Amino acid sequence: MITRVLGLALLAAVALIPLVPMGGMSQYVLHVVIQIFIWSFIGNAWSLMGRFGLVSLGHGAFLGVGAYTTTLLWNFYGLTPWLGVFVAVAAAVAVALVVAYPCSRFGIVGHYFALVTLAMGEVIRLLLIAERDWTGGSLGLTLKSAGDASFLGIQYTDKRVFYYGAMVVWLLGLWVWHRLDRSMARAAMEAIGEDETAAASVGIHVSRFKLGVTALSAGLTAFGGVAYAQYIAYVNPETLSGVGVSLRIVFAVVLGGMYSLLGPTVGTALTISLSEYLRVKFGVHYIGMAETIYGLALVIFIIFLPAGIYGSLRGLFVRKRRAPAAARARA
Amino acid sequence: MSPGPAAGATMLELRGITAGYGAFTALWDVALSVSAGEAVAVVGPNGAGKTTLLRVISGVIAPGAGTLAFEGAPLTGRPAHEIVAHGIAHVPEGRRLFPGLTVADNLKMGAFLPSARKHFAESVERVYDLFPVLKERRLQRAGSLSGGEQQMLAIGRALMSRPKLILLDEPSMGLAPVMVLRLFDLIRRVRAEGYTILVVEQNVRQVLKLVDRAYLLEVGRIRMEGRADELQDSDFVRKAYVGL
Amino acid sequence: MSLVDLVVNNPLLLAEAALNGLLLGGVLALLALGLNLIFGVLDIVWIVYVDLAMLCMYLIYFTVQVYGWPLLLGAAAGIALGVVLGLAVHLLIITPILNSPPVNQLLATGGLLFFIQSFATFLWTTDHKTVRLSLPTLEFGGMFVSFSRLIAFGIAVLVMIGLYLFLTRTYIGTAIRAVSQDRGAMALMGANPQRVYLVTSAVGGMLAGVAAALLIIQYSVHPFFGAAFGPITFMICVLGGLGNMFGAFVAAFIMSEIISIGGVAWSSEMGYVIAFALFIVLMFIRPGGIFAKRQ
Repeated sequence: MITRVLGLALLAAVALIPLVPMGGMSQYVLHVVIQIFIWSFIGNAWSLMGRFGLVSLGHGAFLGVGAYTTTLLWNFYGLTPWLGVFVAVAAAVAVALVVAYPCSRFGIVGHYFALVTLAMGEVIRLLLIAERDWTGGSLGLTLKSAGDASFLGIQYTDKRVFYYGAMVVWLLGLWVWHRLDRSMARAAMEAIGEDETAAASVGIHVSRFKLGVTALSAGLTAFGGVAYAQYIAYVNPETLSGVGVSLRIVFAVVLGGMYSLLGPTVGTALTISLSEYLRVKFGVHYIGMAETIYGLALVIFIIFLPAGIYGSLRGLFVRKRRAPAAARARA
Repeated sequence: MSPGPAAGATMLELRGITAGYGAFTALWDVALSVSAGEAVAVVGPNGAGKTTLLRVISGVIAPGAGTLAFEGAPLTGRPAHEIVAHGIAHVPEGRRLFPGLTVADNLKMGAFLPSARKHFAESVERVYDLFPVLKERRLQRAGSLSGGEQQMLAIGRALMSRPKLILLDEPSMGLAPVMVLRLFDLIRRVRAEGYTILVVEQNVRQVLKLVDRAYLLEVGRIRMEGRADELQDSDFVRKAYVGL
Repeated sequence: MSLVDLVVNNPLLLAEAALNGLLLGGVLALLALGLNLIFGVLDIVWIVYVDLAMLCMYLIYFTVQVYGWPLLLGAAAGIALGVVLGLAVHLLIITPILNSPPVNQLLATGGLLFFIQSFATFLWTTDHKTVRLSLPTLEFGGMFVSFSRLIAFGIAVLVMIGLYLFLTRTYIGTAIRAVSQDRGAMALMGANPQRVYLVTSAVGGMLAGVAAALLIIQYSVHPFFGAAFGPITFMICVLGGLGNMFGAFVAAFIMSEIISIGGVAWSSEMGYVIAFALFIVLMFIRPGGIFAKRQ
């Protein structure tokens, strides 16, 4: 009950940020919070798979497919991203199924699955670079301008529009997570996480659930990629589909805690805040310092706080049934 | 009938051993002893905890409570590789040979301990003497041996560490009845060489012919114990088969 | 240019690409073997492995190019660093997470990857650093091959033979093979698992160091070298069957040929795309790797 009230209060506070006078800082703060919303949404999408033992190290593929689809459709055909997003999500889901269906069929799990997803991410990244004639290659692609405030092109110079838009997207992601959590599917997936043969013998259609969760995760991630592309108005294969991006998503989720609703958000907020703080503090002189501390922090956290920050705190305050039953991921 | 020398000093002593896996307790307050030169069996239905018991003795699992002493030295909770150095060899359930290595290499691995390596040539001769078929197949991959040959190799490998006590976990598992008889004969020969044996078995009738004493383990607790020749005719045998 | 085009009009170029692919494969095989050795024994994929080689490359660069050491001495230093890094990673990172869930293990080495790449950027910037050697380019019947590449291949093969002998003829080598076949059983033989792991990590690190020495004479080093060579190394290992040394050896050449020929026929990125796409397809045909035994 208390958490509910606190949560709503926090939400209200967050919603009011753009209206608070901050002098010259407001643009910067909005920029950071928008990124937090979008990347939390993406991390959330990743965790749908991650919490059931399907660890993907290639989610950058879906980001790239999503972002480039809408951008290319807009730049070359003038197709509004409102429609383009459907194509983008469909494309990402298709890629996901092409890879995930055989994995499910042939029992590719654990390390093998993770490395196959890594390959998938690399394939997309390299394809984007290779087809430089229309994707711009490693230099990336800028979204064709539609003016200062275009609804059709989802382009606005006023960050506040994106702020509320991103917030809605983020809340949507939380809602999806919540629904999946509650539904029967989750009980089935946990049973699958524990023992696939036993689950199958009870009649749970293992592959269907795995694929469903994978498709959902991929589609949502692509959606996040589209949101990011629209906001930044620039896409680049390294920023969206590199191994670094994929790892960073996983990092943020694990940091915050993979098994809780707000874990990915907490983790993302922390990592982005840390990164911005280091950028401000060290300036351009210490390029690489932020990531260096990132990496160190990740290693230390994995060793000492495997449930993530949020997950560990929660474990202290709330006596819940052990989610880690599914954490004993099958290798 | 139980052959072999009269029991000597107490070699292995377990007291109040409680052990399990995570939240699941497999053994409750188990007490057991084996004297030098003896052959002792632990029998019981599936899931009674027999394998867990051997794993506690060989150090694969640390007990939650209780003590374990070998030749007077306390070994509770010591890791497996230390316990081997004290003279206990464990032939695990399912053999657990190294399938990609040859017979000879498997035996080599058995003699990993520095003390065992010094006497390697002698040990390997002894093993080939006991199990001539292993000598024949010494360059063959262990994974391609028959069930009976694999069991012989597993025992031979254990002998390579020059143990005083040999733990055998379900040696007859997966073997044809004819092979089982041969195997138990071979275990008798090993015993006759002076090794002390603790064997966990489902094949109660056969194993009682092999050993001096036996314990009945049921649902993690010792229910009965006694001399093999007495137990053979009693309810013991019937009880041990319950649940199989 | 397309493949058909190449075969018909320019077979010599194709042959040269094939030859270069073979030579590249030698060094890739070395990396793959090191990674596989560690995985086979510890069941953990060191995502950071190629970045360790990158660090060794930097050391060789600094000793040889900046401080003027003779190449062989610099290479020896690089190899020594490889061994040290292998041991350090195992002791500091791997040992605490030996029993953690696989995702945590992947992330721990992933975090180390971030750390090393970023720290390298911070220390030495993203500039490419090259060891300048005046090694000739040889010609065989119209095909051009760089001498350094040839030497690298030769040494890689020698080292692999050495590794093979180590694993089959020595006690500890056989023990390493044994542990990769059954981790727990080796402890029952009286072998302290930690010692076996340390030797394995040291040998794995050494192989990374050797690979570094062979790579630095062909390529320039920069902080994201691991991003270029890392994924392909993982794919090779998985393709050959994780933990399967012979499989990795063969897979290395398969992948390097595809990359080399694809690079000439289309573009260097396409070469990689085809290699990775093929990898994904082969995974479905043979999920355990092309040399997987029937489970």
